[in-house]
Amino acid sequence: MILRKLMGCLAVVGGMSVPALAEEVTTFDLDNGMQVVVIEDHRAPVVTHMVWYKVGSADEPVGVSGVAHFLEHLLFKATDDLESGEFSATVAANGGSDNAFTSYDYTAYFQRVAADRLPLMMQMESDRMNNIRLTPDDIVTERDVVIEERNSRTENNANALAREQIRAAQYLNHRYGVPIIGWMHEIEELELEDTLAFYDLYYSPNNAILVVAGDVYPDEVRALAQEYYGVIPAEDNLPERIRPEEPPQRAERRMVYADPRVAQLYMTRSYLAPERDSGAQETAAALVYLAEVLGGSSFTSVLGNKLTFDQDIALYTGAGYGAQSLDDTTFGLTVVPAEGVSLQEAEDAMDQAIAEFMEEGVDEGQLTRIRAQLNAGEIYALDDSAGTARRYGAALTQGLTIEDVQAWPDVLQAVTAEDIMAAAVLVFDRKNAVTAWVVRDADEVVQ
Amino acid sequence: MIRSVAIAALALWGSMAQAEIEIQEVTSPGGIEAWLVEERSIPFVSLEIRIVGGASLDRSGKRGAINLMTGLLEEGSGDLDARAFQTMREGMAASFGYNVYDDTFVLSFQALTENRDEALALFRQSIIDPTFDEDAVERVRAQVIAGIQSSAQRPNDIASAAFFAAAFPDHPYGADMDGTLESVGALTREDLINAHADVLTRDRVYVGAVGDISAEELGTLIDDLLGDLPTGAPELPAEIDFGLEGGVTVIDFATPQAVALFGHSGIERDDEDFFAAYILNYILGGGGFESRLMQEVREKRGLTYGIGTYLVPKDHAELVLGSVASENGAIAEAIEVIRAEWDGIATQGITQEELDAAKTYITGEYPLRFDGNGPIAEILVGMQVQGLPTEYVSNRNDYINAVTLDEINRVASELYTADDLHFVVVGQPEGLDTTE
Repeated sequence: MILRKLMGCLAVVGGMSVPALAEEVTTFDLDNGMQVVVIEDHRAPVVTHMVWYKVGSADEPVGVSGVAHFLEHLLFKATDDLESGEFSATVAANGGSDNAFTSYDYTAYFQRVAADRLPLMMQMESDRMNNIRLTPDDIVTERDVVIEERNSRTENNANALAREQIRAAQYLNHRYGVPIIGWMHEIEELELEDTLAFYDLYYSPNNAILVVAGDVYPDEVRALAQEYYGVIPAEDNLPERIRPEEPPQRAERRMVYADPRVAQLYMTRSYLAPERDSGAQETAAALVYLAEVLGGSSFTSVLGNKLTFDQDIALYTGAGYGAQSLDDTTFGLTVVPAEGVSLQEAEDAMDQAIAEFMEEGVDEGQLTRIRAQLNAGEIYALDDSAGTARRYGAALTQGLTIEDVQAWPDVLQAVTAEDIMAAAVLVFDRKNAVTAWVVRDADEVVQ
Repeated sequence: MIRSVAIAALALWGSMAQAEIEIQEVTSPGGIEAWLVEERSIPFVSLEIRIVGGASLDRSGKRGAINLMTGLLEEGSGDLDARAFQTMREGMAASFGYNVYDDTFVLSFQALTENRDEALALFRQSIIDPTFDEDAVERVRAQVIAGIQSSAQRPNDIASAAFFAAAFPDHPYGADMDGTLESVGALTREDLINAHADVLTRDRVYVGAVGDISAEELGTLIDDLLGDLPTGAPELPAEIDFGLEGGVTVIDFATPQAVALFGHSGIERDDEDFFAAYILNYILGGGGFESRLMQEVREKRGLTYGIGTYLVPKDHAELVLGSVASENGAIAEAIEVIRAEWDGIATQGITQEELDAAKTYITGEYPLRFDGNGPIAEILVGMQVQGLPTEYVSNRNDYINAVTLDEINRVASELYTADDLHFVVVGQPEGLDTTE
C-alpha cells in the first residue's frame, strides 16, 4: 500500500549483543587523505566496491539545485580513458552490476562484482574521480533524462509533491528544504560550467571514502587503493563543510496540499529533530525508540492501538525518524483516517493520543520487545555485507566515525523509558513543526 | 531422510576459486519434500514456501477473496487476536511473510535459532487456524478498499489493469487479484474460509530452507508446519492465449508524464528456446544501461528515465512486456523508437558481439544472486516450482553459453513482432490516439 511508504525514512538499525558475530571492519587513510574501510565477508567470492563523496544536494550553490544529482548521472559519460557508457558496459561485461545514488549529504558510486575484478573497478572509479570529459551534447541529452526522472518520481506522484512542500516549509534556512533532484525550473537551466565547478572542487580523494565489502583482505585493499587512488593529488581548496543552519523556529507551519490525483486523504506532522552526532548519539537513539513506540508496528504501537484498535479513527498510522543526517533531521507522525473520519478529527485524535502517551509513559513490555528486535536486527544484518557497506559509507559522510557506528548498537540497547520520554518532550514542540493535510480538493477541507 | 545431496558448484568465472552451495534434498517423515542449504555461520534460518495456485483460485464472483484472506492471516489465529498475535511475534523478533500472486501463494519465515521452535509454532497457528474475526475482517477490508482506490489514481496501475483486462478477458489474469470495490465489499466470512481451504493445501507445496538448521531438524519442522494442511486442491485455471491485437489504447489521465505498458504473446519457461529468449530480452530491454532500448530511448534521445522489457512466463499464459514513461509531448516519439527497435531485432537479429557481451554478463551475474540466506531460499523454492533439478545451479551457465547466434536470431524472428505490439498509454499524450 502506498500509504506505508510515507514513513520510509524510519531507521531500523540493530543492537549487537554477540561480539563474536560482529562484522570484521578495518579502516585506514591514504596519504592524500582518502579514508578506506574494509568489511570482510568471506562466505562468497563477491565484492561490493563503493566510493562515497562527502558532498550532496545540501552542499550545492544557490540557484543550481539538482547539480549534485545531475553530476552523478554525468559520471557515466566519457573520461580520458573511457568512452561514454563504457564504464557500465565494462562492469556488465565482467558480470557485475553498478549504479550510483545522491542524497542531501553524499553522492556514492558502487559496483558489485566477482572479488577478482576489484582492481579493474578501482582503475575505472579512480579514473572518473579526476578525468571526466563532458560535451555540450551530454548536457542536453542527460538533462532531459533527469527531467524525465523528476517527472517519474515527483511530478507524476501527488504524495511526492506533498512531501517536497512539507520539507520546503520545515527548513527555513537549511538546504534540506530543497529537493535532492532539484526544482524543475533550476534543473532545466543546469549548464556544463555548473557541473564542472562542482566536480573539480568536490570530487577529490580528501573528500572521498572508499568502502570495500566482501571477500577481500585489508592488506590487499590497501595495496590496490594506494595504486589507484593514492596517486590522485588532494584538493587543497576543499572548503570546510559549513552549511546554513536553522534559526530558532518560532511558529508552526500548516498547509493543505490539494491534488486531484490524491486517492487517500491523510495528515502528517513533521518536527525538526536532532540527529546522531559523533560521540553523542544518545538522544538520537532515544528518538529511534520513540518512533518505534509511537508508530513502528501498526498492531502494537501507541498510535496503532489508540487510533486503529481502541477507536475506529485511522486506517493507518505511522511514525518515522531519520536518525542519520549531517544536520538537523525530522521526526514525523502520520494518520490516514478511516472512512467517514475527517482530517480534523484524525489530527485531534492523534494529538489526544500523544498527550495521553506523555502522561502514561512507555510500556515496559513494548520496550523489551523493541530492544529484542533491534538486537536481532544486528544478527540478520550480518547476512548482508553490501548493506553493512552502505551503513558505514553513509555514516562517514554524515559526520560520524567508525567508532560511532560500532558504538551505536550498544547505545541503542542502553536506552531507558526515561530517555524516551525526555526525547519526546524535546522533540514535540509545535513551533518546530509543519502540519500538512493532503487532499483531493482544497474546498473539501473547509466544508 | 536425506534423499540426495547435490554439491552444486557455482562456477564463478574461470580464474576464481569456486563457490559451492550444497543443496540437500530432504523428505520429511510425513512425506513433504524440501531443499536445504545449511549455513551455520549466522544463528538464524530462512524458510520460503510456495503453494501453486495463488489468487487464480478465486471462486467465480469472489475476486479478491484470496487476497483478503492472505492479509488476514497475521490478524488473529487460535485464541489470539491481532494485537496479541503480533505482540508475541515481535517479542521473538521473528518475521513472517504472507503474500499471494497470480499463480502462487508464498509464505516466508525468518527466526533466530534461539527461539525458532516457539516462532514456528506461532507461524503454524497463523496459517492453520486463522480466526477471521469480524473486527479484523472489516479493518483489513477497509485497507484493501483504500488500496484499490489508490490504484485507480496511479498511472502505472491504471495501465496495467487495462492491459491485462484486454489481454485476458474472462480469465483470472484479466482481473486484478485485489478485486473490485463491489467484489471486496460483498465478501463474507464464509468466502474467506473457502479461500483458505482452496489455497492452503499440501498437494502443490514447495519448500526452500537456508540457515542454521540440519536436514533432520528441517524434516520435523516442515511436518509441524505443513503436515496438517489438507489435500485436495481445486483445479487450476485453463490455459489462455494472449488476446490483444497490435495497436494503441490511450486512457485520458491528467498528469505531466505519460506511462505506457506494452507487449504481445511470449514464450513458456520450459520451452527449449527459453534461454535464447532470455538472452534476447537482456539485449533488447532487460539489461540496464546496456540494452538497445535504454541506449536508443534514453541515452541517445533523452526521452525517458527508464525503459525495460520482461519475459513473463505465467503458469497459464506467456507474454513479453515492456514499460516506459515520457512526458506527454515525447511519448509518441518513444513509442516510435520502440517499434523500430522491436522490428530491428526481429528482422535483423543481433550481432555475435552483442551475444558474447550478454553471455558474459548473464553468466557472471548469476552467482551474485546467491547473496544471503533469504535470497538463496527463494532461488531454491523457485527452482522446484519450475521443476528444475538441483544440478541446474551448476549447469545453468552452460545452457546460456550453448546458445548460438543462428539459434538466437531464429528465436528473435519468432518471438518479436512489432506489428503485434499493443501499447496502453495513460496520460494526455500528444500525437497519439487509440487505434481502431
